[in-house]
Amino acid sequence: MTHLAIAPQFDDAAQQHESAALGMWAFLATEVLFFGGLLTVYTVYRMAHPAAFAEASSHLYTWIGAVNTVVLLLSSWTMALAVHAGAHGERARIIRMLAATMALGLAFLLLKAVEYYLDFHDHLVPGRAFRPDWSTNAPAAQMFFILYFILTGMHAAHMLVGVLVVACFVAVIRTTPSPARHANALELVGLYWHFVDIVWIFLFPLLYLVA
Amino acid sequence: MSGISLSTTSYRNVSIVLFTLLVVTLVLAELHLGPLAWVAALVIACAKTVLVAVYFMHLRFATPLTRVFALAGVVWYVILLGLTLGDVLTRAH
Amino acid sequence: MTTLDAIILPAPSYLTAHWSLRSWLLTLDHKRIAMLYLTSITAFFFVGGAAAVLMRLELATPASDFVVSGAYNRLFTIHGAVMVWFFLIPSIPTVLGNFLIPLMIGARDLAFPRLNLMSWYVFMAGGALATGSIIVGGVDTGWTFYTPYSTTYANSAVFPMVAGIFVAGFASIMTGLNFIVTIHTMRAPGLTWFRLPLFVWAMYATSLVLVLATPVLAITLVLIAVERFWGVGVFDPALGGDPLLFQHLFWFYSHPAVYIMILPAMGVVSELVACFSRNPIFGYRFVAYASMAIAILGFLVWGHHMFVAGQSVHASMVFSFLSFLVAIPSGVKVFNWIVTLRNGTIHYKTSMVYALGFIGLFTLGGLTGLFLATLPVDVHVHDTYFVIAHFHYIMVGGAVMAYLGGMHFWWPKIAGRMYNEGWGIFSAILMFFGFNLTFFPQFILGYLGMIRRAAEYPPEFQLLNVLSSAGASILGVAYLIPLVYLTRSLVRPATAEANPWNATGLEWTVSSPPPEHNFDSTPVVTTPPYSYDAEKTAELEAVSP
Repeated sequence: MTHLAIAPQFDDAAQQHESAALGMWAFLATEVLFFGGLLTVYTVYRMAHPAAFAEASSHLYTWIGAVNTVVLLLSSWTMALAVHAGAHGERARIIRMLAATMALGLAFLLLKAVEYYLDFHDHLVPGRAFRPDWSTNAPAAQMFFILYFILTGMHAAHMLVGVLVVACFVAVIRTTPSPARHANALELVGLYWHFVDIVWIFLFPLLYLVA
Repeated sequence: MSGISLSTTSYRNVSIVLFTLLVVTLVLAELHLGPLAWVAALVIACAKTVLVAVYFMHLRFATPLTRVFALAGVVWYVILLGLTLGDVLTRAH
Repeated sequence: MTTLDAIILPAPSYLTAHWSLRSWLLTLDHKRIAMLYLTSITAFFFVGGAAAVLMRLELATPASDFVVSGAYNRLFTIHGAVMVWFFLIPSIPTVLGNFLIPLMIGARDLAFPRLNLMSWYVFMAGGALATGSIIVGGVDTGWTFYTPYSTTYANSAVFPMVAGIFVAGFASIMTGLNFIVTIHTMRAPGLTWFRLPLFVWAMYATSLVLVLATPVLAITLVLIAVERFWGVGVFDPALGGDPLLFQHLFWFYSHPAVYIMILPAMGVVSELVACFSRNPIFGYRFVAYASMAIAILGFLVWGHHMFVAGQSVHASMVFSFLSFLVAIPSGVKVFNWIVTLRNGTIHYKTSMVYALGFIGLFTLGGLTGLFLATLPVDVHVHDTYFVIAHFHYIMVGGAVMAYLGGMHFWWPKIAGRMYNEGWGIFSAILMFFGFNLTFFPQFILGYLGMIRRAAEYPPEFQLLNVLSSAGASILGVAYLIPLVYLTRSLVRPATAEANPWNATGLEWTVSSPPPEHNFDSTPVVTTPPYSYDAEKTAELEAVSP
């Protein structure tokens, strides 16, 4: 904190920190509404076709979704510890925790990619390749999978951004003369990471556990 | 402000609760409770969110203003969902 | 030149501190970023205006003889999309808001200067995509992109336009976020919330709408793009999709967007009315709360765009009732301005003429909005020129008049130059006259049943249409006059005083144009806003030419 660089528009470190935190929370509010729009669409169609959605959902790989939930909860934990280390300026521990977070993030994306591949093989991708032999209401089933791919795709895109930001942060912490200077920025990265985790906390039961 | 943070033990405890809640969710899903399962899963997801927001995201130590900001997105989402459903569920077919 | 300036001026202004192109394109100074936005949105205003001119030319005769229907569809889409997203929404926030908020609250800059510069680049990237869409053939869906036409049937450049608006939306979010944080954390010592200029209150309310509504537009546009590319999508009726759901999501943004356009205008008018009636705003707190009330209520009324679209009657009744509620805070503002005028000493400066024009035209636009919020009346006038006239009274008669009033009020501060009051008042009155001639006949046309978005109309409507087209030509000239004299003032020496109108507010305590870092030392505020009194009135009369 004592070494914090203060940008010229601010009077002191407290004002700068308060501004940055408020800005991040305001950004997260926009993110809530971004996903909120999609979840509204999801809710309307699920209420219209409850049986078809349950049937379609049962064709997803629940175990991959569950493992990915574990992976993300773990990554939130390591991220919280990274922020904790950042507040104490412990360079080695920040890097260790961020590396763990990044590895877990990549594991999530890898599992997601495997799952998409399996979904593709099962002809669950909407469009011409969509072949729901099992379905009693094929259009509604297809609607479920459209929403599944858009929701998880948007979430994965956010994960990817998170992993890249964490990677950049590791590079910064490795070379910086004072890790404490970046404690506030690290806290903001943490907020973003936890938010993306929260999105998944909702997506998992909404998409995988409909039955 | 960033000096305020929980101990590493409390982060571990929160994580354990989060994993427990995940297990509860999966078990409930296996029990096939019908529409009740849907409500239970969402209530658990909300509980997890509160834990992550309050402890991991430090809302516990945040200023009232930050808490208002954190809630604003949720409140506006409820407006969007609520008024949209207000139409969709009352339409005459 | 630089040496000479250094001798005459104690410190260079933000305009003269650096001269290179790089110093403009990479500036972090909120005032210079405001100028970047000013040039961009002025260009977009004339692009959108050109489309309007061509439409009014076509509508001079009942037959579609000047342009064919397909081209006419593209014209009204370009006009709507460019004017809404690339002029009206950014206009007052990005130009006046960017320039004034730090000055009004006694700060050196916005909280996030880099984000501010980035917002301009993002906005220009969005603008480039939208312009690209026009170049490759235009869009024929209307600015509302209703599904399933926009997703399945339209054979026009929907994607680049939608992408452009999506990208420009992020610029909106960046601006709104920056303003919210700045107003919360960077106010000068002593500048409590109830000492803030009402313009700052209005910008705060606007920013809340920008931040909370724009992401829903973003995801809606993503869903359109997905459906166009993928061939399947969530609004596709063939898959059990509900096109009305698109309208819900679209209007969840686009109705509050109306308040993004009008709230800043109301903020500007509050400043102008107080200054040129030499009187503190009557009921300051009510006007401030009214801005917040409009911002919040504005989110609860979007369904009034869908009364005849197949929405549930019960939902329509709720939306109709909630829409009437918006009239209350809007009425509070209008009545408070009128009482302020009534108790004050009115000075007819150019900006004041614009403000008075705003009050009249906004009131008419707002009252006809009540017609449209009334379910049975809306069934009759839906999709007619009555709607067109209504929202042009709000958007053009309201937002654009206030924007120009604000530009004239703060031009001495922005540019350091005065302009000819005679030309100013003349063009403001000409604009008021041209505006009413253009749009008042459209109320009648709409009530008689002339539908919007059509290149042809029954011959009995021609007289009123010719009046409207004639008015549009006057309006066009009235917009060009300020462009000419304000631009010309730039080549004259910077002679404007720090406070030519003897106005209150921290922005008038710094030199005109302001120095790069705004304030030499952080100001301390000890007085309520708008402390106009008789002494200052005498001063204004003394400086009047």
